[in-house]
Amino acid sequence: MKRYLAANVQKIPPSGIRKFFDLVSGSKDIISLGVGEPDFVTPWRFRDAAVNGLEQGRTTYTANAGLPDLREAIAEYLYGSFGVAYEPKNEIIVTVGASEAIDLALRALVGPGDEVLVPEPCFVSYAPIATLCGGTAVGIETFAKDDFKLRPESLKAAITPRSKVLILSYPSNPTGAIMTREDYEPIAKIVEEHDLIVVSDEIYAELTYTGKHVSFASLPGMRDRTILVNGFSKAFAMTGWRLGFACGHPDILGAMLKIHQYSVMCAPVMAQLAAIEALKNGMEEKDRMVESYNQRRRLIVQGFRDIGLDIHEPQGAFYAFPSIRKTGLTSEQFAERLLLEGRVAAVPGHVFGKGGEGFIRCSYATSVSNLVEALERIGKFVRTLETAAMV
Amino acid sequence: MSELHQKILDLLREDARRDAKLLATLLGVTEEEVREAIRELEEKNIIVKYATVVNWEKVDHEKVTALIEVQITPERGRGFDAIAERIYLYPEVKSVYLMSGAYDLLVEVEGRNLREIASFVSNKLATLERVLATKTFFILKKYKHDGIIFEDRQSDHRMAVSP
Repeated sequence: MKRYLAANVQKIPPSGIRKFFDLVSGSKDIISLGVGEPDFVTPWRFRDAAVNGLEQGRTTYTANAGLPDLREAIAEYLYGSFGVAYEPKNEIIVTVGASEAIDLALRALVGPGDEVLVPEPCFVSYAPIATLCGGTAVGIETFAKDDFKLRPESLKAAITPRSKVLILSYPSNPTGAIMTREDYEPIAKIVEEHDLIVVSDEIYAELTYTGKHVSFASLPGMRDRTILVNGFSKAFAMTGWRLGFACGHPDILGAMLKIHQYSVMCAPVMAQLAAIEALKNGMEEKDRMVESYNQRRRLIVQGFRDIGLDIHEPQGAFYAFPSIRKTGLTSEQFAERLLLEGRVAAVPGHVFGKGGEGFIRCSYATSVSNLVEALERIGKFVRTLETAAMV
Repeated sequence: MSELHQKILDLLREDARRDAKLLATLLGVTEEEVREAIRELEEKNIIVKYATVVNWEKVDHEKVTALIEVQITPERGRGFDAIAERIYLYPEVKSVYLMSGAYDLLVEVEGRNLREIASFVSNKLATLERVLATKTFFILKKYKHDGIIFEDRQSDHRMAVSP
């Protein structure tokens, strides 16, 4: 039946993560550092707000763009936390996860012939969606020696007359890289010069450990050139609720809203009710979780250093991205053998695009005791590789 | 108390067996700083004890716990402290709190069976000179104690690998 599939869909390769997932699913007694979501259950007060809503019969559609109260809370939150101002009426859409916001933004902006610049290694969905839109994703490699920051020279080198959209996703999944205001300034200049539009996926904005997150939209002149994407999954431990949002210029948001209303109508109302509670009364819970990730971040970084693997310091999100080059194995070989021989699951870096080969992504969103045990197993596994190499 | 002290207390409350090396790594400070902070906390009796939380229901072990509301006449000059001390020195008394509201002390008592607790109340507690009245409530089941849920049903539902 494959001959019925649309050409654009056939162009998309199957997800590398999927293949690894199948391998892990068949294994027992493993510790997984492969999970891309918080290990906290959604705080009870947010869950309770949704339960309360259900009891009150809040089971209907909402406005396409989301509950007005939620959009107002989002506007207040973004202004208070990151200094970016959006009008709740026509500059904010509540989406089904930040994933839908990315999909909407790219569908609204990208057509045949357009090039989408994607700094890599990065989250796995940008390039496939650009392809679905008929565009071409152009990967820009970033490097461990730069802490995986996007360098202006690399961006410049990738630009062609067809370049239209630049994706920024900092703090980064999988590298934990962040961009400071100083890092962003030359990028903003290039964006202006080449008349690019930016989709800034800031889903990990709350999870930074060495300074407050800088939103790309807060740079001078960048607000209207940026579609800001964020959501509740990571900061508020609400992955399964599927709730995100997009903000930007009304012309573009209006086009995104059109797609949104035809494809999903609106985000689930109970999730929106929980999100209002999260923004209004959830900051303390959020801070508690961030502190806990930070402790575990220190633990995993120290652990990899003790093992003798090179690692740059991740400054955001909840991933460590150590280099496994010195073992002589590819990421895929290392991850597969670590799973089978060491009983630890980590995601091989190459699935995240250019520059990911030679690294593995280890999520530290798991308990301290799990991390201690996993690091011990990884250490043992790496030592057996070293011994084998010496023989 | 410093932020470091507070964080150490939080981490030890989760798991009292965490050693100075692990705490130092988690908090991004030296082992020396952690040891010094713990020594201070112990000295000031802020860390009172490192104890184990036991779910006694799982142990084949007869045990009954009651909460007793106690109304008393305070003693001139010493308030409630003297009578509280007379009560908490009994080994079967597990905790004593001074309360606001309709009664004065809340006393947690443990015994092997109902009769043992009844006899403690009638022979020891109620006969104390300043005790005016007592009301005994037996605990049927413990769900959560000191922040710890006994039968935690919230296991990890996450998929082992996700993007």
